[in-house]
Amino acid sequence: MSTGVTSGSDLRSDAEFVAPRADELAALLVGRARPPRPGALSASLTFGWRAMLKIKHVPEQLFDVTAFPIMMVLMYTYLFGGALAGSASAYIQFLLPGILVMSVVMITMYTGVSVNTDIEKGVFDRFRTLPIWRPAPMVGYLLGDVVRYLIASAVMLTVGVAIGYRPGGGIAGVLLGVALLLVFSFSFSWIWTMFGLLLRSEKSVMGVSMMVIFPLTFLSNVFVDPRTMPGWLQAFVNNSPVTHLATAVRELMAGGWPAADIAWSLGWSAAFVAVFGAVTMRLYNRK
Amino acid sequence: MGEFAIETEGLVKTFGGNRAVDGIDLRVPTGTVYGVLGPNGAGKTTAVKVLATLLRPDGGRARVFGHDVVAEADAVRGRVSLTGQYASVDEDLTGTENLVLLARLLGHGRPAARERSAQLLEAFGLADASDRQVKNYSGGMRRRIDIAASILNTPDLLFLDEPTTGLDPRSRNQVWDIVRAVVAQGTTVLLTTQYLDEADQLASRIAVIDHGRVIAEGTKGELKASVGSGSVHVRLRDAEQRPAAERVLAAALDAAVQPDPDPVALTVTVDGHGTDLGAAEQAARALAALTRAGITVDNFALGQPSLDAVFLALTDRTPADRPPADRATAGRDPTDRKEPTA
Repeated sequence: MSTGVTSGSDLRSDAEFVAPRADELAALLVGRARPPRPGALSASLTFGWRAMLKIKHVPEQLFDVTAFPIMMVLMYTYLFGGALAGSASAYIQFLLPGILVMSVVMITMYTGVSVNTDIEKGVFDRFRTLPIWRPAPMVGYLLGDVVRYLIASAVMLTVGVAIGYRPGGGIAGVLLGVALLLVFSFSFSWIWTMFGLLLRSEKSVMGVSMMVIFPLTFLSNVFVDPRTMPGWLQAFVNNSPVTHLATAVRELMAGGWPAADIAWSLGWSAAFVAVFGAVTMRLYNRK
Repeated sequence: MGEFAIETEGLVKTFGGNRAVDGIDLRVPTGTVYGVLGPNGAGKTTAVKVLATLLRPDGGRARVFGHDVVAEADAVRGRVSLTGQYASVDEDLTGTENLVLLARLLGHGRPAARERSAQLLEAFGLADASDRQVKNYSGGMRRRIDIAASILNTPDLLFLDEPTTGLDPRSRNQVWDIVRAVVAQGTTVLLTTQYLDEADQLASRIAVIDHGRVIAEGTKGELKASVGSGSVHVRLRDAEQRPAAERVLAAALDAAVQPDPDPVALTVTVDGHGTDLGAAEQAARALAALTRAGITVDNFALGQPSLDAVFLALTDRTPADRPPADRATAGRDPTDRKEPTA
């Protein structure tokens, strides 16, 4: 393989290495009795731990859950604030929960890219030959990503509060809103695991993701009230899962209890897992 | 049941119009190293992926320890480990993290996983590198951590897919030593390789595959015997005498001298056709004829024919003679390319 990057100490430890003698190896291979298989949750959490280790080793990948969300909040608050609500500080009361939903839902699309690059590597073949709950590697990715979504949410709320956002629901309302957003994002991400397995290259995953994510997030009530839109667009926007989620999060954070929108958001979440989770696992098993 | 680690009947795997595996019948006895030898693109990796439950066969049947690889995939997964052509570990993680991750997935508790990982890293000479990311390992170190990952739980069957491709000779010998030690503990190994000497060194039985089919199968001795009873190896003192020596040997043994880059080395396969003399007697006559012709011979030996000769006889080419189309895919079997999942 890449012997070109071999460092001096590698050469030394390579030269000194003597394969374990048969009797030493016998000691290593003792206990053919295997431990019981890990349960579904335990295996998924172990893959989630792998995602955390990857963040530790490649911290640059946190850029999209830190700098990108800050940019989104500042950009749209000051770009539209004066025109739409008279002032930035008035607009952010309406915008922040929506832009939070939009940014986190946008960030989910990186899941597809990481699945796609990972599946090309030999380690995936090893995972697929392990006697474990089959969806565990995929669920592990998504659990790792939930941590990323949590970081993005914390960053955006901090910036929002710093520039004047005051959630009427207090800490409890904010936490409930974020929790609903995380549930939705976890469920929605199964679309990306599907594309990650289906498409041939990282570039095509990015391309398709953009095609899905831009209309879905922009054609919503994140920026403006849909009542100003033409009728046909209202029909789409009012029934978009992102609109339901944005409304639910906005009202939860404002201290309300938007039962219908919460139900819609959870219903969409269940549908995403049922449909795209099933397709993902079918692709995963047939790969 | 029990007798064979692997049994396949008419195994077929196609990718579009390409029949990567085209009707393979194999019987791998338990407790042995079974070599699958063939050039790049012969279907070796595809066959291994089917047997390791990574790909579904399109025809035929395959059983691993009596379990069907499709219907009872989970039971198969519980007994096998796979070390792929490219390091089957996570390059972003350290050696320890990789082994602990896999040990946890195999059901070890956290302390047991740590202990087992440390043990294996130590035994495989990777203790000093345990906290470094695998992407900074040398080729030989990657192979070792890969095999260590495969024996975290001692498998009953270990797939080694071209384990030494791209390794320098010393690292190759280290991998061979590990394989021998693992087999000595009762694990069955299915080894694919394009290197004849590797199959010769490790395997007790060998299947030669080309274009997705088994073109020869047997013990090493049987395969070698199938192309002739022996090889005469001659070393001359003077390279200028080579043309004369080639003529004398060809006449005495009734066979052509194989081309050799070394100008003083000559090899002829003794096939025993057209004579009732044994290989040794023919060789003795050939030596006498060389002496009579005034050719100075430094070294003369009669050995078994090499697997190179076997491969050449079976396919009319050596594994190294690949068509350019194969080279273009940089040594990958067809399964390494992404196939449409439709």
